[in-house]
Amino acid sequence: MTLQQILFILVGAITLGAALMVVTRRNVFHAALFLILSFFGVAGLYVLLEAPFLAAMQLFIYVGGIAILIVFAIMLTREVMNPAAPGANRQWGSALLVAVALCGVLGWMALNHDWKVTPGPVSADSMANLGKALVDPQGFVLPFEVTAVLLLITFIGAVTIARER
Amino acid sequence: MVPLEWVLVLAAALFCTGLYGVLSRRNAIAILMGVELMLNAVNINLVAFWRYREPTAVTGQIFALFVYAVSVAEVAVGLALIFAIRRTQDTVVLEDIDLLKG
Repeated sequence: MTLQQILFILVGAITLGAALMVVTRRNVFHAALFLILSFFGVAGLYVLLEAPFLAAMQLFIYVGGIAILIVFAIMLTREVMNPAAPGANRQWGSALLVAVALCGVLGWMALNHDWKVTPGPVSADSMANLGKALVDPQGFVLPFEVTAVLLLITFIGAVTIARER
Repeated sequence: MVPLEWVLVLAAALFCTGLYGVLSRRNAIAILMGVELMLNAVNINLVAFWRYREPTAVTGQIFALFVYAVSVAEVAVGLALIFAIRRTQDTVVLEDIDLLKG
């Protein structure tokens, strides 16, 4: 077993373990802290998959943005949550069944399909190519600009919905 | 190198963990966290297929970046909705929000 595989198992176990804590902790704030750990683990997986730009974006957007936003939301809604109430609803048993069954099917499919892997080296300037492709008229400039409009509409919408009237 | 199957199984397990969270939690913010886990699992899959099938192309990473943008939009609107509901209904427990129930 190579060092890379040992690191993958380690980082994967941290990611998955933290994710399991996120969905089982009764205290939502603790769940949010484990969610941050899980995001860190996913960033580590991107590093192992040789996608350093995505690893950095994972830290900026998820850990620095989304996780902080969720922590704020938990603090602002804390007083309406009853701390003694159960964290899971009545249908958690069937939810567990569905999740385990889906995991079994997906795992079976992943292991039994021939994925025709062609592992080559990642080009040294893959990050530069990524940046160029995002603003290239032959590449992804249209979806890039549409994303900008989507984000603008989203934030206007979010402010409108959340505003005190 | 790590076999592709390992990455796919991990992503599947992460996705199903998130799915369990979405289906079983009562707090709306906890459900949003489950959705985030599912989106992360999908992104791992996209990056893994890019790395193992087309490492010279940029498409896989670009796709993952657009998933980021959409998930940010989803969190912003989701939390705004939760705040609005908290103000009018004084709860963030989804079971108690049954305004549309006849």
